[in-house]
Amino acid sequence: MEFLSDIASLINSTLRISTPLVFAAMAGIFAERSGVIDFSLEGKMLMAAFVAAVGSYFLGNPWLGLLLAIIACVSLSMLHGFASVTYKGDQVVSCVAINILIIGLTTALAAAWFGQAGLTPTLSEDQRFLEVNLPFAETLRDVPIIGTIYSDILSGHYIFVYLAYLSVPLVFWVVFKTSFGLRLRAVGENPSAVDTAGINVFAMRYKALAINGVLIAFAGAHLSTAVNANFFREMSAGRGYLALAAMIFGKWHPKTALVACLLFGFTDALQIRLQGVDLPVIGEIPVQLIQAIPYVLTVVLLAGFVGKAIAPNAIGQPYIKER
Amino acid sequence: MVSPILELENINKSFGHVHANKNINLKINKGTIHGIIGENGAGKSTLMSIVFGLYQANSGKIKINGKEINLRSPKDSIINGIGMVHQHFMLVENFTVLENIILGFEGELVFGKNLEKAKKDLKNLCETYKLNIDLNSTISDLSVGFRQRVEILKSLYRGAEILILDEPTGVLTPQEVDELFKILRSLKEEGKTIVLITHKLIEIMDLTNEVSVMRQGEMVGHTKTENTNKEQLAEMMVGRSVLLRLDKNDSKTGDVLFKVEDLSVKDDLQVIRVKNVNLEIREGEILGLAGVTGNGQTELLEALSGIRKVESGEIFLDGNKVSDNQNFLDPRELKEKGLAHVPEDRQRMGLVTDFKAYENLIFGYHDQQPFSKSSILKHRDIITHSKKIMEEYDVRPQSPNLITSNFSGGNQQKIILSRELNENPKVLLVGQPTRGVDIGAIEFIHQRLIEMRDRGAAILLVSVELDEILSLSDRIVVMFDGKIVGERENKNVTDRELGLLMAGVV
Repeated sequence: MEFLSDIASLINSTLRISTPLVFAAMAGIFAERSGVIDFSLEGKMLMAAFVAAVGSYFLGNPWLGLLLAIIACVSLSMLHGFASVTYKGDQVVSCVAINILIIGLTTALAAAWFGQAGLTPTLSEDQRFLEVNLPFAETLRDVPIIGTIYSDILSGHYIFVYLAYLSVPLVFWVVFKTSFGLRLRAVGENPSAVDTAGINVFAMRYKALAINGVLIAFAGAHLSTAVNANFFREMSAGRGYLALAAMIFGKWHPKTALVACLLFGFTDALQIRLQGVDLPVIGEIPVQLIQAIPYVLTVVLLAGFVGKAIAPNAIGQPYIKER
Repeated sequence: MVSPILELENINKSFGHVHANKNINLKINKGTIHGIIGENGAGKSTLMSIVFGLYQANSGKIKINGKEINLRSPKDSIINGIGMVHQHFMLVENFTVLENIILGFEGELVFGKNLEKAKKDLKNLCETYKLNIDLNSTISDLSVGFRQRVEILKSLYRGAEILILDEPTGVLTPQEVDELFKILRSLKEEGKTIVLITHKLIEIMDLTNEVSVMRQGEMVGHTKTENTNKEQLAEMMVGRSVLLRLDKNDSKTGDVLFKVEDLSVKDDLQVIRVKNVNLEIREGEILGLAGVTGNGQTELLEALSGIRKVESGEIFLDGNKVSDNQNFLDPRELKEKGLAHVPEDRQRMGLVTDFKAYENLIFGYHDQQPFSKSSILKHRDIITHSKKIMEEYDVRPQSPNLITSNFSGGNQQKIILSRELNENPKVLLVGQPTRGVDIGAIEFIHQRLIEMRDRGAAILLVSVELDEILSLSDRIVVMFDGKIVGERENKNVTDRELGLLMAGVV
């Protein structure tokens, strides 16, 4: 029985840990499918975490914090679009600039407003999101198997966890079953074809970036107003990059990107679980080695373990109509 | 009384300092095929891009059915019944035919009813015009000819009454050209108006009812096609009289300079593309290699120039063996032994298009006297040399510091040709020397090749243009499915006979 509950708690943490990755990967799919590289997922996630925590602290409502985070991230996406779509700047440079800007800005603002470098005050219970217990979770807990799955794995997560997994089929539907999705995919493959079909290439890319901003805001808010009760310095901790890797590993496709995110989440959950555990024969594994697992996995996977990832054809290229 | 469906009045368009269209006036009558002919860079494509709403004119009026309209984007043009098939197809390669066609005209937010209706309408259109397209195939699986049909179908589906085609035959095989012309004629019969942009005189004479000629951004003449001829049109295009038929002496051939024995070559996918080919080229002789694109000519040229590995067989240069399966000389060593190569794909293999003209003019010879000394380039000498050679080969504009991609196709080709011919090679391999090159430059390039021959070079000319093979070669071989299927002296051969060999019929 202990083994079973171990597994259940491992899956439970996998779902939780993967959540910001899933949001970020879905956000990345929108930007990159439209032909705009988004390295700035990391910076935007950090910005969202900061704005959500601060907004919620001052306004007393986590939903308002989330709303402000969305506004902040959409603005950053627009900034990225302004530099790289309208003014045709280098997309990677624009992203790196945003990432560096946000690291400095969040630290400095936290110091100015709260007197602590890179730290916001702890949020009270009504200033943050709480775990959601699904109906009948308590009643069903003792039913074998179903009880474990329903009560121990599915129930008791933050709202963002549910939203993240619901976003995947939604993104799939939008990208592959709607005319907006057709135009989105086309604009990332051959913008000239879109232009000659009478569609505004720039408007399409801005729309995609706006959706990207909304999705990434959820990832940040999850970090600072749900799993944690405050913002701390560089709390996104590379998740934006990891999500980008998952998206590439998932070939810019929501379903496979989800699988990749879960895989990364699982290795992370596993490494937390393995810390301080005495394994037979080997003994205790040094914690640094275990913590490296997700990153080693990323490198191995991206080094061609899963075959060639074919990026959207026009990715990274600003659209220039006149010669 | 025929009425004009499209009228242009005093259209002007500039890109920076380049005045691409100067006071253009044009009337196109309903239900006709109207040709617009002009050399590369004459402003034909720019003019039609303005009509399609892709570019906006600086001044001037556009009228459709007598009513002035304002075209701010392709959407406006499409709504007004204008469709355009671009030179480079505007298709998303990993989309299906259907997805490409409905793009921008989905008619619904979520795919459903309209998609089904679109399928039915498209099937009807395909039948009416005998287009024979499978809506579910992916573009990347289709041949160039079929992709073009998808473009035509796309325009028709979007309700085009005027269909503009920009250099539609440049990428097609002769058979595909015939098919295309059939389709265009049937479109005309259904009452559509067709505008054909081309620089090929023969297409104008074959297909059009009326023709307009452009030169250096200006409209220099309009006429009914039946009232003109090729010579007259060529003169209007170039602004001086042009020799459409090349004058040349009989060749004085000497020893065999280049010999290929039993050569087989594989392509990147390990498929054998050249099968036991034997060739001999003598001093002072042009050997023409005819064939439809994709019958092994590319791989053959690559193997002969040292770029691709020889699978079996031997290659001899001036009596010495230079390549077989075990030992082979690389392109640089071959160059040193007197073999020059003008590759088929000039932008991919012949030039670094982002480099300046003078860099491309010495590339491959840059480490030799007088261009460099102790590994350091001698800039001043290179520029002097470049200026001299650009004048000699009439490369326009004559500015060695201009980025190569800014030159027209013909001038880019002259850059490569001047570089390769300047070393006076014994053997010259030339692939598609005049593909996408305007008439004036074609004449010049052909004369240079004949000059080289008369100086005693052995030349292998690979071309898909039968006219070119017939006007230049002394001897002609035909390649089909990797094999040489026929050899003829150029004195008593007809294009019909060669056409049959090229199709693999004989």
